[in-house]
This record gives sequence, C-alpha cells and structure tokens, in this order.
Amino acid sequence: MSATQQQEDEIAESVPVARARGLLASAKNHMVLIFVALFLALVWLFAGDNWLLILNVTMVTAIATLGLNVLSGYAGQISLGITFFMGIGAYTAAVLGGNPPVFPGDPVGLNLSFLIWLPAAGIVAALAGALVGPTALRLKGFYLAIVTLALVFIGLYLFKNARSITGGPQGRAFPVPGFGDFTFASPTTVLGLDLSSNQWYFLLLIVILGLVALFVHNVMRSRAGRAFQAVRDNETGAAIMGVNLFQAKMSAFILSSFLAGIAGALWAVYPGSYAEPNTWNLVLAIQFVAAMLVGGVASVWGSILGAAFVFGLPLALDTFSLIPQSTSNTGLTSGDLSAIIYGLLIIVFMLFEPGGIVALIRRIQTRIQRSEQRRKGGVAGDTISTANSAASSE
Amino acid sequence: MAYFIQLAFAGLAQGCIYALVALGFTIIYKSSGVINFAQGELLLVGAFIASVAAFEWHLNFFLAVLIAILVTVLIGVLFERLALRRMIGRPVFAVIMITIGLDILLRTGVVATGLSNERPPATPYSIASGINFGGVHFGANEIWTIIVTLLCCAALYVFFRYTRYGLAMRATALDQEAALAMGINIRTTYALAWGIAAAVATIAGVFLAINVTTFDSTLGGIALVAFPAIILGGLDSIPGAVVGGIIIGLVQLLTQGYESHITNIVGTGFDTITPYLLMILLLLVRPYGLFGTRKVERV
Repeated sequence: MSATQQQEDEIAESVPVARARGLLASAKNHMVLIFVALFLALVWLFAGDNWLLILNVTMVTAIATLGLNVLSGYAGQISLGITFFMGIGAYTAAVLGGNPPVFPGDPVGLNLSFLIWLPAAGIVAALAGALVGPTALRLKGFYLAIVTLALVFIGLYLFKNARSITGGPQGRAFPVPGFGDFTFASPTTVLGLDLSSNQWYFLLLIVILGLVALFVHNVMRSRAGRAFQAVRDNETGAAIMGVNLFQAKMSAFILSSFLAGIAGALWAVYPGSYAEPNTWNLVLAIQFVAAMLVGGVASVWGSILGAAFVFGLPLALDTFSLIPQSTSNTGLTSGDLSAIIYGLLIIVFMLFEPGGIVALIRRIQTRIQRSEQRRKGGVAGDTISTANSAASSE
Repeated sequence: MAYFIQLAFAGLAQGCIYALVALGFTIIYKSSGVINFAQGELLLVGAFIASVAAFEWHLNFFLAVLIAILVTVLIGVLFERLALRRMIGRPVFAVIMITIGLDILLRTGVVATGLSNERPPATPYSIASGINFGGVHFGANEIWTIIVTLLCCAALYVFFRYTRYGLAMRATALDQEAALAMGINIRTTYALAWGIAAAVATIAGVFLAINVTTFDSTLGGIALVAFPAIILGGLDSIPGAVVGGIIIGLVQLLTQGYESHITNIVGTGFDTITPYLLMILLLLVRPYGLFGTRKVERV
C-alpha cells in the first residue's frame, strides 16, 4: 500500500458518519438486501443438498465465529479455547434433549424440547465462562492465549472421562431439533413442496444466525459494547474513562461463551447428530480464530464471511472436487492442497490485509467509487472530498 | 524404588526435550516479542529431514543432522525475514496466527512428501541399547538426550555471556531502542534468534523421534506441552525455560507411571493435562512464572 493511499484510507475512516448505521442500513443497502433475500430464497429452493450443506455449515460456524469475535475481536481478549465452551454447550444439549438411556451404560438424556435445550446450551456454557473467567482474565496476551489453549486440553480430558454424559471416547448421539412430531432432520412435504432436511435446517439456522448477528451488532453499539472496544484499544485509558475493566471483560467472556455454547450444540447436531469428545479439539478452535481474522476482526459481516471462507470453501472444494485428485501416491491429496492453501491464505491475509475480507471489500468499494468520480470529471486531485463522499455514501 | 527412579529418569529425559523446545520459544520471545507457534513443526521438519537424509539418501547420521539443522535454520530465518518482520507492532493475535500459518504449511509440506508415515528416526546408536544398573534401565537415548541438552545449555550460556552477538542479543532483549542507538544491528539479532531456535528444535526433534521409535507428522504436537514449560519458567527467562521443561517432563512421566493406581479417581489420560493444571495453578500464584520478569502495571 502506498503512503498516500494509506493516508486517504485514514482520512476516509476518520470522517465522522453523521447517522448511526444499522447492520443493514441505507437505502442502497435495502436494495442489496432484497436481492440477497431473493437470491437466498432461490438458493434455498433450487440449489440442492450439496450447496445447502455448505451454506448450513457456514451458518453454524458463523455463530461460533461471532462468539469468538465478541471476546477477541471486540474486547481484545485472546482466546484459543472456544471449542471448550462449544463442547459444554453441546453436551448440555445432549443431556437435556437426548434420548433416555435404553441399556445401562448409555449416556443420559432427558428428552426435553428443542426450545429448552438450545437456550440451555448457551446458558450452561455462559455459566462455565463465568466460572473460568475470573482466573483466565487476570492474564493478558500470550499468557491468556496459552491458558485458553490449556482449557481445550482439559476439556478433552473431561469429555473423554465423563462417560455418562459424553458417551466416552466413542461419542454419543445428539438430539435432533424439532417440534412435537416434526423434526428438522426428516424430509417433509409442505404446501406441495418436498422439503429436504437440509432445507429445513437452512431455515432454522438462518433465523438463529440472523438473531445472533443482530444481537451482537446491537450490543456492540451499546454502552457495554463500547466498553469492550475501549478495553481492547487501551485498558488504562478505558479504566480512566470509567469503564469497569473486570466487569467489561467478564461480560464479553460470558456473552462469547453463550454464543459458543449455542454454536456447539448446533455443530454437534448438524449435520451428523453424533459427536466424539475429540470434536472439540484445538485444530477446530484455531480454525475459528482463522475465520475471525480472515473475515475481519470486530465485524459481524466479517465473522460470517470468515466462516464461509474457512469452513464453507474447503467443503465446497471437496464436495465438487474442484481440486484434482492426485493419482500418484507421493503427490498432494486434495486435503493436503486445501491445507496448504489455507495456511498460505492466513499468512497472506495477516501480511497484506490485516482487516480481513471486510477491509478488502471496503477498499475495493472505495476504489470503484473514486474511479467513478474521476470519470464524472470530479476533482480527482482533491483527496479529502473524494474520501468524504466515499465515506458518506457507504 | 527402582520403578520410581526409572520414571524419574525417563521424566528427566523427556523434560530435556521440552526444555530444548521451550528454549527456542523463549529465545525468539526475548528477542522479538513473538511466540512462535510453529516451533513444534520446526522440530518435526528437523527430525523428518534427518530421517530422510539417513534412510533415503544413506548419509552418515551426523551429516544428516547437520543438513536438517541447516534446512530448519534457513526456514526460520527466511520466515522471520519475509513475514514476521512486517508484523512488528501488530496485535498479538495476528502474530500468533501468522506463525500458525507457517505451522500448517510446514506440517502439510512434510505430509505431502508422502514419506511421513511410520518414519524411522535417524539414530547413531541402537534404539533399545542402554545400561542396566540396580534394576533400572538407563536407555542410551535418554542418556544422550540429557547430555546433549546440558551441552546445548552450556553452549548457549557461553554464547550469551561471552560473545559479541550474544551480548547484542541480550542488549536487544533488555531495551530495543537503546540497543539500536548503540549501533546493534537488530535484524541480525532477530535472524540469530530464529536460527538458534530452529537449531535447538531440530536437536530436540531428533531425540524425540528416537524416543518414540517411529514417528509421523504429528510429532510437532509436543510443542503444545512445552507451552506450560515456558509459562512455568517465565516467558522471558532462559534458565526458566530449562527448569520449566524439566519440571513438566518429570511431573508428566510420574503421573503417567502412577495413574493406573488411581484410575477410578482421575480417569484415563490424566497425564495429558497435568502440565496444564500445574501451569494454571502456578499462574494463580505467580502470574509471571518462576523466573520471569515481574511487570507492574496498575490501573
């Protein structure tokens, strides 16, 4: 990035935006939104199971990425341990919603409704967060990173040993969401439409993700959310401004764990409704960190795009065999190749676009607008006016 | 008693491997403030290249290890030069993530060669050889691990204490700006730190590989257990890294040896989390580790 360009970007960022922007604000965005909704409706009806699976996985992982973003992106507290809280949420769901044991030694289950176990998954994970938080949040930076990493291993150990809850190393079945006789996992015909399980899950997940995204977006514009961001930017400064550091960090930790718990329950339920304790491992946790960073730190859209990139894209490459299968036994398999691409992308993004995909899109938008303005014969040399108009028309 | 000594001896050797990995972490952290999550993969690459050189290219063990050290040092220095140097001043998270990116690349690179399954380790002595004394088997590999770790520590001590570059590195760790003002080339010290870290990682990798008799691409996971070691010793303390590593090794092997007696209390796999529990307990009491610099920052 050239120096002048960087300056322009800084100017564009520093220009105050007059009206508070909602998640989907501005007239232009409304049009975009309608198109997106139409597009999604078409995808939902006609895309087929492969695409829906990719979208659904993206949505579930986007919820967890949002949870991580609350703690690490907005509040600046590094966590490599999100899978611990996902696991807690998942097993809460399993205990509350799972089938009662048939044989002795089967994992427990209370067979409660989906409307109970899904929120409960979040709440119990949040409680776990409240329990761990005071210890973890005394630490900063690398120390916090390594303690949260330790949490993943402690979680794996607990999950493997708590046989009556988790089924031990072999894993256990998870409840399928549904109401009464209806479940999201079984194909049903409604109004002459044959709806597959993936289509039903799509509806469920898009509602949950929508609610979560709106919630996170609004919280971050509230007093509490601003406190999170103040803590991230400068702890001492935030404390001087009257932010209660402990309270702010704890709220972020608890909120993040809550979302992770919900995401964990859904991740265990979809698509397999069966999970082993090893599901909640460090590699998965790091993938969420990658999703957050590649998508965009402290951004709701960034979390969703990041999840699409880190979880959706490899699945798409795999499902549609876009990477040629290697025939020789020494060459790269498709899995290796996507891992290499994944590793390279992380490095490239960290080096060249630390703001993630969201920043990349914003930069392209600004550039397009600028070139449009030049074409219209606007004052090309006057960087401030171009930047101004770019910012206000966003 | 013989059982205890056997376990303690194995724990000491294991701890020496942790100590070597932890040394790499600490040297890089001290010089540039970066925790290198790819340290474990440098260890894997080192062990892998040594093994390939010994078995595929039929080279002498010492030549094979030398090649392995050269390659890992080159990887470390290049990565520092090309990627990490641009990351100075970025958030901790971004820095961690870029080293994780390298970690993924290195591991996949090893897998992609297609030679990484059930890899026999390069070794100058027979894996099972050793001395029996008083009912305790002192394995050759364990003995050499301990000796070489001691030699490495001594060499590093001499380097940091008596050489020009060692002094430059200590000065940089103490105060980067003042070091710059004194005419120290910080870039050289960064490169040196990565080079040393990669070299000790390779040495650790060679011993670890012999210890596990055959290895695959998961060998680098050991670095995750070295994290508690560096926290225990204090992130920025080199003696702390060695002491922390040895404590973690001893505690882990002793729990592994005795946990079968208390399996109905602690369940299975308790030894996998004792390093972390120990670390968390210590952090509650001393958040800067046993030998780390105490940072005072009050709000």
